Parts: sequence; C-alpha cells; structure tokens
Amino acid sequence: MLKNTLIVLVIVVLFLPLLPLLVWSFSQGWFFPQFIPEQWTFQHWIQVFSPASRVMEGLVQSLAIALTTTMLSLLVGLPAGRAIGLMEFPGKAALKLFLLTPIIVSPLATLMGMQFVLIRLGLNGTLFAVVLVHLMPTIPYMTLVLASVFANFDMGYEIQARSLGASPLQVLSQVTLPLIAPGVVVGALFAFLISWNEFLLTFFVSAGRVFTLPMVLFTLLQGGNNGLTAAVAITSVVPGLLFLLLASNALQNETTLAGLGNV
Amino acid sequence: MPFAERRWGLRHDGSGLLTHWRAYLLLLPVTGIIGLLFGGGLVMAFLQSIGAIGLLGSGQISLTAYQTALANPEFLRSLTLSVYIAIVATGLSTVFSIGLAILLRTAGRWASFACQVTLPIPHLVGIVGVLLLLSPSGLISRWLYMLGGIQSDQDFPLLVNDTANIGVLLHFLWKEIPFMTLILLAVLRGINPAYEMQARALGASPWQCFWHVTLPMMKSGIFSSSLIVFGYIFASFEVPFLLGSTRPRTLPVLIYRAFTDSDLTRRPEAIALGIILSALSMLIVVAYSWLVSRNYQSMSRV
Repeated sequence: MLKNTLIVLVIVVLFLPLLPLLVWSFSQGWFFPQFIPEQWTFQHWIQVFSPASRVMEGLVQSLAIALTTTMLSLLVGLPAGRAIGLMEFPGKAALKLFLLTPIIVSPLATLMGMQFVLIRLGLNGTLFAVVLVHLMPTIPYMTLVLASVFANFDMGYEIQARSLGASPLQVLSQVTLPLIAPGVVVGALFAFLISWNEFLLTFFVSAGRVFTLPMVLFTLLQGGNNGLTAAVAITSVVPGLLFLLLASNALQNETTLAGLGNV
Repeated sequence: MPFAERRWGLRHDGSGLLTHWRAYLLLLPVTGIIGLLFGGGLVMAFLQSIGAIGLLGSGQISLTAYQTALANPEFLRSLTLSVYIAIVATGLSTVFSIGLAILLRTAGRWASFACQVTLPIPHLVGIVGVLLLLSPSGLISRWLYMLGGIQSDQDFPLLVNDTANIGVLLHFLWKEIPFMTLILLAVLRGINPAYEMQARALGASPWQCFWHVTLPMMKSGIFSSSLIVFGYIFASFEVPFLLGSTRPRTLPVLIYRAFTDSDLTRRPEAIALGIILSALSMLIVVAYSWLVSRNYQSMSRV
C-alpha cells in the first residue's frame, strides 16, 4: 500500500511539468495570480500548423535527420555490437571506454573543430553535416545496447540454420534479426530520441540554415510568447512518445538495457 | 555459455588470430566514424587553439589562448559551479534511482511503464515546463497564492535563474532519475533472487539484505549509469543556459558565450576553454575506469 502510494506520488511529480504546458497552449493572456486562464483560445495551435511559424518545417527536418541518423547507427552498430557481445579480443575494455567518450566528454571543442572543417568543405549548414554530428552520440548507445543483446545470443541457432541449408542472408533475416529484435528496437529508440532532442550539435553545424524543432523551441524560449512555446513543446513530445509506445515491450526485456549498466 | 569459449574467443573456428581479425573488421566502421568525427574534430580544435590554423592564425604556434583562458577570473568560478551542479545532481539522482528501482522491481508493469513515459521528453520541453511551473508567476506560485501562502509573486522564492541553481538541479533530477531507474531496473531484473532469499532465510533484516546483498550486486550498474549521467550534466549547455544563474555561468555556457561573441578575437580563447573542458571530462572517464578496475581487483581478492 505504502509502496503504491509512493510510486503514484513519483509519477505525479514526473508529469507535473507537463501540466502548465497543456494549460498555456490553450490560454490567451494568463496573468498572475489567475488560477486558470480567463480566456481560452486555439490560436497557438493554429499558429503551430501555419507555415509562417516554421514549426512544421522544423518537425519534418527533425524527423528526416533523426530517422537517417538512426538507420546509419543501426547499420554500423550491428556488426560492432556483435563483435563486442560475442567475441573476445585484445583491447576490448579500451574499446568500450573509447565508445563512451562521445557520450561523456563535452562535444564543444570537437564541434568547433568540425565546424572549421565543414565550412572549408562547403558542407556547413547541410542536412548531411547535421546527420554526421548526430552520429557521435547515437552510435555509442546503439552499439552498447546491441552488444548487450548479442552477449545473451546463442550462436547455436545460426549454426543449426546454416547446417540445415540456409544461406547466410537467410540466417540473418530469419534467425539472427528476429532473435535480437528487442535490442534493435531499444537501440533505435535511444538513437532516435538523442537525435530528436539534440540542440547544441545542430546549432554548431546548421549555420542557421537547418532548422530543427529544438532550434525552433530554443528561439521561442528566448522570446516571450508562453502560449506558442508551450504548444510547440507539446508538439515536440509526440513523435518520441509514439516511438516509446511502440518500443514498450522491448524496453521490458532486461537484456537490452543491462549493457548500459555494465560499461 | 562456457566461460573459456567466451574468454578466449574460441567460439567460431578455434583459430584465435582469425577470430580477432574478424572482430576488428566488424568494429572498423564504428571506431572509424567515431575516431574521425570526434577525434578529428578535437585535433582540429586543438590546432586552432594554438594558432596553427584558423581565422586569425598566423601559423605561429603559441599558447596565448590558454593563458588568456586560464587568466580569466570567471574560469575557476565557472568550473566550480559546473562541478557543483554535476556532483549534486548525479548524487541525488543516483540515490533516488536506486530507491525507485527497488520499489518498481516488485510493482506491476503499469508502474515501470508510467515512470518511463517522461523518458522521451526533450530537455528543452522540460525546461519550458520547469519555467512555467517554478517561476515567480508559475503554476505553483499561483497555487500558493490561492491557498493564501503568499500575497504576491514577489513572495515566491526564486527557483529559476537563481544563484543556487535550484531550477537546474530540479530539472536534471526530473530528467535523469527515470533514465537511471530504467538501467538499474534492468540490472535488478537480471539478478538471481536466490541470494536475497537465502540471506533473508538466514536471518538478515530487509535493510541488511539490501545493504550487504542487493546493493553490491547493483554496483557496476550504479557506477556505469552515474558516470553517463555525470558526464552528460557536466557537459550540458541548454539547461544551465536557460534555467541557471546568470553569474557565475557553467563552463559550457561560458564557452558558448565566448565562441559566439561578436568579438572574433575571443574565438581562440573559447576553443582553448573547450579543449580544457574536454580534457577534464576525459580525466573523469580515466578516473572512473581506474576506480572500476580497482574495485574488480578487490572483489577477486575476496
């Protein structure tokens, strides 16, 4: 009983910051000390969907960047996760530490160096440059999650399938991938969320031309329009939340996350 | 899986060297990309900071930028603030996450799912929420006014952009506790409950069982997740920039300000500060791995 009360209390506190967002997004001039707004409006939401506010443009760009980053991270993370999870080799501990660097070390200096190179290559301000910098934090997470799943993977299934006449491609698509699916889903969720949330990395290489949703929100936050800011904030929660719902089963699988607890 | 097979990489074809080559080949794309982007960026930044390349680089190598950066009286204050925020937020997050993970371990799935729902919420959204909740004209201030606790918004304590950085700390707790709990819960679920049952059967109190049995088994999970959280908070920019005190500023905010300064001559100083920040974070990683390896040695001695 006490336990459930505590848990409910934690959940209420976790959701508390979302409450003023919801109210503000429908309110017209909500002055202190009014408990609820005097006037309600859909104006902020209409603005979110109007091209002038560039919110939808930001949403589409963010989505394109996050999905591309996730796919690329998966592509390189799969072989690396397999190597770390299933094989032993000299330098493995050092390699895991190396992979942690982009997650733990501040990216500021690196970004300044990359910006210097990207400007000279004429790539500054392109979607390509943004995807490139987003790969720095997403690849380590993807690799560590996949390595964790591969560590619990029994290669006997693959050997069995091969000996029964399956081609390497068939083994991959019909045996390996289905068995590691929870890791793929959780790794993709982390990669997507990191890229979707990223402000600083995008800021440094976007040159004001790539306008992701966090950039829109950051700009709005320094203005004074609470209603529109709240509406945009709620909008930028939706895709991540949908992805989380899709991945909720895989998140319950402890082998997908145990790797992050053992770096 | 037999230990020797995993330990020595004898799973495939028995030939050790061949297996190693395969492992390195599989790892090449990841290490290549991270090395090229992160390492390459760092090298280019360093070359700029010593004046070898860059806008104002005369090609003459000098350490002037580092001298200017370290002579800036704000540097030490910023560093202290960054370390203070990272230590307090990580420490509190760790303690609360251990508690929450233990609570959720035996609770229904609804509970762990509900605690995960705030996980995908972007930091910037959390910042907006914290501002509209805790500022002097925020929701809680309005509630207090209605209850008669305060007479005007002037009476509400300053919790955002305050000198103690309460707003920053609360934001990080709100954001990092669900993340750490998720990892620790996975660690807990992977623990064989037989040890705890045995301890209880032998007469250990619930507290003794937690302190001497459960917690030691969670150790590596606690170490790793708090390292990730510490590194993240130490390097974080948006949260202290928008919710933190205006003076002193955290190190990343100081660097951002110097780099985006209209005075371009401040660039080398900003880059030098960035290099110092990276070096400090790397020291943390090294110290951590030393701590962990020492910990494992002491475990194997037992």
